[in-house]
Amino acid sequence: MKISFKLNGKAQTVDVDGKTPLLWVIRDMLHLKGTKFGCGKAACGACTIHVNGDAVRSCSYATKFAEGKEITTIEGLSPSEDQLHPVQQAWIEEIVPQCGYCQPGFMMATAALLNKNPNPTDEDIDKSIINICRCATYYRMRKAIHRAAKLTQASLPATATDQTAEQIENTH
Amino acid sequence: MKKTYLFTQFIFLFILVMTVAFSPASTESTETVVTEHSVSTQNIDSQEKQASLAAFDEMMKVVMHKRCMNCHPSDDFPRQGEDSHLHYFGIERGKDGHGLPAAKCGTCHQTENNDYSGVPGAPHWHLAPRSMGWQGLSKAEVGAAILDKSKNGGRSLEDIIKHMTEDPLVLWVFDPGVNHEGTPREAPPISKEDYIKAVKKWAETGAHLPE
Repeated sequence: MKISFKLNGKAQTVDVDGKTPLLWVIRDMLHLKGTKFGCGKAACGACTIHVNGDAVRSCSYATKFAEGKEITTIEGLSPSEDQLHPVQQAWIEEIVPQCGYCQPGFMMATAALLNKNPNPTDEDIDKSIINICRCATYYRMRKAIHRAAKLTQASLPATATDQTAEQIENTH
Repeated sequence: MKKTYLFTQFIFLFILVMTVAFSPASTESTETVVTEHSVSTQNIDSQEKQASLAAFDEMMKVVMHKRCMNCHPSDDFPRQGEDSHLHYFGIERGKDGHGLPAAKCGTCHQTENNDYSGVPGAPHWHLAPRSMGWQGLSKAEVGAAILDKSKNGGRSLEDIIKHMTEDPLVLWVFDPGVNHEGTPREAPPISKEDYIKAVKKWAETGAHLPE
C-alpha cells in the first residue's frame, strides 16, 4: 500500500506492506541510518523517533500509521549541521556517548521530554527516559539532559520562558 | 299485620345480603387470589434476580480476567503478562492515564496489536482511572464500582453497557495478540458473543449484584 508522510520536513511516499515497522522503511528504503535497531520489542528505545512531536518506538510502529503524520528522526532534530539542537549540543559538551549505538534514541526521547517538560527534575528524567544503554552512560546523560534544558531556556525569548513555567506547572 | 310481614321480609333480606357479603368463604376466596398473585410476582422477581446474578457471574469471567485487570490497577502502575507483574520500565499512570511525557502508552502501544514486536494495541490504549482500580476487590465490589457514577465517570447503566460491549479497547481482550516471544496471550474463558450477551442480560434483568 502507498503511504505518505513527512520525514524531517520533506514529503515522502512509500509503497510497502502497511504492517512493516517504520524503522525498516526509514533505514532501508529511505536510507537514514541514524535510527537504530536494538531489541525489536519496543523495549530498549534505540529506535525512538518523533511522530507529531511524541516519542515513538519505530520498531513497533506499523508504517500505515504514519499516513499524514510528521516524522522526525535524529537526522532532522536540528535545522542544520551548523545549528545543533540543544540536546545534541549538550550531548557533545557532556561527552555522553561511549559506544554510541543507543544515543540517537536517547536524544530523541530527551527532545520529546523537553518539549513537554522543559525543566525536568532527576525524578522526571528517571521516569520518562526509559531507554536502555548497555554502556551505562546514564549518569552523563542525566547531566546532559539538565544542560540541554538550560540551553533550551537560554535560546527562548522571554514570553516563551513564561509559557515554559506554565508548562512545567501543568506537567507536575 | 302487613307491617310486621314487611319488616320480617326486610330483616330476612338484610341478613341474607350480609351473610353473602361477609361469609368466610367469600373472604377466604379473595385472600387466596391476592396471595397467589403476590407469590407469582415474587417468583418472577426472584427468577429475574437469579437470571441477573447468573449473567453477572458470566460477564465477570471477563471483567476479572487479567487482560482487563492489568490495566485497572488500584495504584498508578499498570501490570502486564500472564502473572500480572508490574509493567517493565517503571511505567506510570501520569496525569490522564496515558503515561508520562516521553514515556506515554502511545510511545509503544498503537491502535492494534503488533505481531512483530509483540506489543499489544487497541484504540485509546490507556489505564482506567484510579477510581476504577479493581485489583484487590471482590466481584461484587467491582460490580458496585461499575455502577457507581461517582467512580465510573458519570456513566448511566446504558452508557456502561455501551462501553462494555462496544468499546474496542474493552473488546481487545478477546483478541489480545501475541507476546514478545510470539506466544498467544491468554484470552478470557468465554467468547466475545457470550460476554456481550451476558452483559446485556445482566442490565435487562435489573443489573443485580451479589450480596
